[in-house]
Amino acid sequence: MFGYEFYVDPARCIGCRSCLQACEECDTHRGKSMINFEFIERKESIRSAAYVCWHCDEPTCAQVCPADAIKKGEDGIVHSSLKPRCIACNNCVLACPFGIPKMMEPEQQMMKCDMCYDRTSVGKRPMCATVCPSQALSYVRPEEIASRCEKPTNIFYFGNQKITTKVFMMAPAEREAIALDVVDYMWEENHELVATRE
Amino acid sequence: MAKAPVAEEILKEKFGPHLNYQPPGGWNDESVHPAEKLVKTHCCFCGQQCGIQLKVRENRVIGFEPWEEFPFNRGMLCPKGVKRYLQGNHPDRLLAPLMRSDQGFRPASWDEALSFAVSRMREIQDKYGKDAVAVYGGASLSTEKSYLLGKFARVALGTRHIDYNGRLCMVSAGTAYKLAFGVDRSPIPWSEIPKAEVLFVIGANIGDCAPITTDYIWRCRDKGGKLIVADPRMTPITRNADLYLPLRPGTDLALLMGMLHVILRDGLADREFIDQYTTGFAAVAESVQQWDLRKVSEMTGVPPESIEKAARWIGKSKRAIMMHARGLEHQSKGVENCLAVLNIALATGNVGREGAGPTMITGQGNGQGGREHGQKCDQLPGQRSLTDPAAREYVAGVWGIRPEELPQPGYSAEEIMEAIHRGEIKGLLSMCFNPLVSLPDANFTREALSKLEFFGVIDFFLSETAHHADVVLAGSLHEEEDGLGCSAEGRVIHWQKSIDPPGEARRDSDIIIELAHRLGRGQYFPFKNPADIFEELRVASRGGVADYYGITYARVDEQMGIFWPCPSLDHPGTPRLFVDNKFYTHDGKAHFNLTEWRPSGDPINEEYPLFLTTGRVVSQYLSGTQTRRIGALVDQNPEPRAEIHPRLAEQYQIKDGDWITVTTRRDDVTVRAMVVKTIRPDTVFIPYHWAGIRSANRLTHRTLDPRSKIPEFKVSACRIAGANGPDESPDDRGAHKNGASRGDA
Repeated sequence: MFGYEFYVDPARCIGCRSCLQACEECDTHRGKSMINFEFIERKESIRSAAYVCWHCDEPTCAQVCPADAIKKGEDGIVHSSLKPRCIACNNCVLACPFGIPKMMEPEQQMMKCDMCYDRTSVGKRPMCATVCPSQALSYVRPEEIASRCEKPTNIFYFGNQKITTKVFMMAPAEREAIALDVVDYMWEENHELVATRE
Repeated sequence: MAKAPVAEEILKEKFGPHLNYQPPGGWNDESVHPAEKLVKTHCCFCGQQCGIQLKVRENRVIGFEPWEEFPFNRGMLCPKGVKRYLQGNHPDRLLAPLMRSDQGFRPASWDEALSFAVSRMREIQDKYGKDAVAVYGGASLSTEKSYLLGKFARVALGTRHIDYNGRLCMVSAGTAYKLAFGVDRSPIPWSEIPKAEVLFVIGANIGDCAPITTDYIWRCRDKGGKLIVADPRMTPITRNADLYLPLRPGTDLALLMGMLHVILRDGLADREFIDQYTTGFAAVAESVQQWDLRKVSEMTGVPPESIEKAARWIGKSKRAIMMHARGLEHQSKGVENCLAVLNIALATGNVGREGAGPTMITGQGNGQGGREHGQKCDQLPGQRSLTDPAAREYVAGVWGIRPEELPQPGYSAEEIMEAIHRGEIKGLLSMCFNPLVSLPDANFTREALSKLEFFGVIDFFLSETAHHADVVLAGSLHEEEDGLGCSAEGRVIHWQKSIDPPGEARRDSDIIIELAHRLGRGQYFPFKNPADIFEELRVASRGGVADYYGITYARVDEQMGIFWPCPSLDHPGTPRLFVDNKFYTHDGKAHFNLTEWRPSGDPINEEYPLFLTTGRVVSQYLSGTQTRRIGALVDQNPEPRAEIHPRLAEQYQIKDGDWITVTTRRDDVTVRAMVVKTIRPDTVFIPYHWAGIRSANRLTHRTLDPRSKIPEFKVSACRIAGANGPDESPDDRGAHKNGASRGDA
């Protein structure tokens, strides 16, 4: 839909999994949910996060595909693998820094979020962002998102790899990019000692 | 004898719950057979009443499409709403009436089933008197059905005893709001929530039980609003709370009186508002003097500085909204708890203004509409009192009977079950209620059901309670009959009929009307359609507090809902109450009410040192009759788990996922533990949606609030112990472990 963008705001997520349930209803992958959802250390807190494919400007999944089965459209949407080409090698599953592609059995095909191509291409909002009760997943105009306390960014650093994406992450206002490095997780129990890279 | 005719396992095999995962024809059928129409209606699974469009083809609901224009939820739906459509086309669906037989239940003709029900009810009434037959209703029924059932009980059966499962939901709040304001409705529409400077949420697990409300709260936060959450558990909305008050279960009243104490002590009361628009302030002010921070902190377990901060934030803000739900209300002092919230709202002048006010979050599908027009034991249509001579005369006039023919108020829901148990009530007709799962002390309920001389059920699935029925009349789903509902906001909305009932199943209202005719009272039930019932309801409610006279189906569709009161056809409806500071009380003022501390009805001691509290999970609804039959919702929460804190778990050497036995003075239940830091270390939480040996209500107790008659689901005393594995005994296991006898030996 023209003028609309997808925003992911984990701080709003209430763990209801409405997105997972609604994703199954989408026409391009009936009965299969493409949402990634996690409770973040449920023992410690009620925090949860749901997210969709970030639709990278230069998608790693497509770059590593030996069969040239993963295509990005002109609208920036990165699609599921092309069924006749996909060799189910799992390269994309392993390479995606966000952990998005799913290898589907028994189809032997990589499938992923295509931002509800069946809906967005005909002027409807994606199913997950439409139903999300807390609007942790939102598909709205940028001026609407500007009223939130968190601010959007679409720049990610995974170590030295810089990734820019179509989908935005809502982050604290002072933060211009989301930066993660493997060393952040060397001492899981002591995040505060190492999670200082900004 | 209304025992289950054969073993539960045999009934389960035949009648479920089985799991429905896919739309009719499978996931890919819609691409071949697309929907013929989209019907704009509402979700049936909670008081939020989200707008939704159902996809319909060949008299079957095959899917849904979000309804983004509906202003309350703007397309948003929780998982229950998303999967709501799968309750249709269900293998467990009752397609014909059932009669009890030696083999369980057998299909019967309508004539046989209705004749049997009518003759049994007549025989019992002839032998024991009119009041020996009681009627149960439910808050998932449309407003028309609720009205019809109230009239049926009083005019066709002539019994005093009709009450409904809303008795387990909104009655504490309703009683309190009537005492303070003279009206039982949220004073504000939800559009006010984002305008508040402070949101105080007490005893309301909004994320799981009213998910759509979360977006309103987050929008308030976006504008800089502060969020205070008081709850023994960190519920999902607590993730963004500015202040969390982890109070001990059952101590809400102490916390609230302590907060009012601070507000008055610090001079934060709105004296002008109090003097002009309220009564009773002085006595309340004096009564909270003794509730100083030290005492309140000791009782509640909340640090004094947190209590002080919460009170000051509310007292100093220009606009505060206080939201509460069953956590506050499911207590033997549920009414006092709500009154204490209202006292704070009145003392700070947070009533009747934009972005301010107390509000209750109605839980059941038509929890609001279902309690306004006469299926409550003490109420007539329009929120009129059954003991008010003028109300009796008016409604009797509308119904064409003499006022003295109208029975006096009867027993509330739990009291009806107790009267059945002691043999005073012999017959029961129940529609839209699964008391074996939802009433407290399930073993007592089972014993009571086994004593009934006649038990008739109107339902679309064979609930666990219906296992005990003599006859089951196959009724209709939400989408199979036109009608109105009323949401938590007080917005009257239209449940559009999408399809006809399948097979031989009939519309609920047709069943009630037919029973009335067969009882010889047909002249009072000349209705052909729900619209005819609504026309009479409009008149019956006219001049009452809940005045629907100006509401029509067409207006509801056009305006996407109308807030009552709406006394005339040109009246726009009333989204926000008390805008002119006029209240619905006899003197037009808001009333402060004294609140008195009482201990819980099931106090902790050395033998039972922990608190047990019960509630919902997001993927299940009430007793689960519908949602335990929808595969994706069951997968999300396949079984109840007992939430305990790691400190408690360590003490008993319990690990996450281990089986534990939770024991109260009634019974014990064995479930898996969920070890999380998000609950007080002295508290155990178990969700209540499940039946049989996993039923949390085997553990709860029958202490009622003396005024609202709500059971104290939120506070029981328990102990825990590790268990080797699941309890494998059948649902209706024999001898009670604690020595008392069970219903089904």
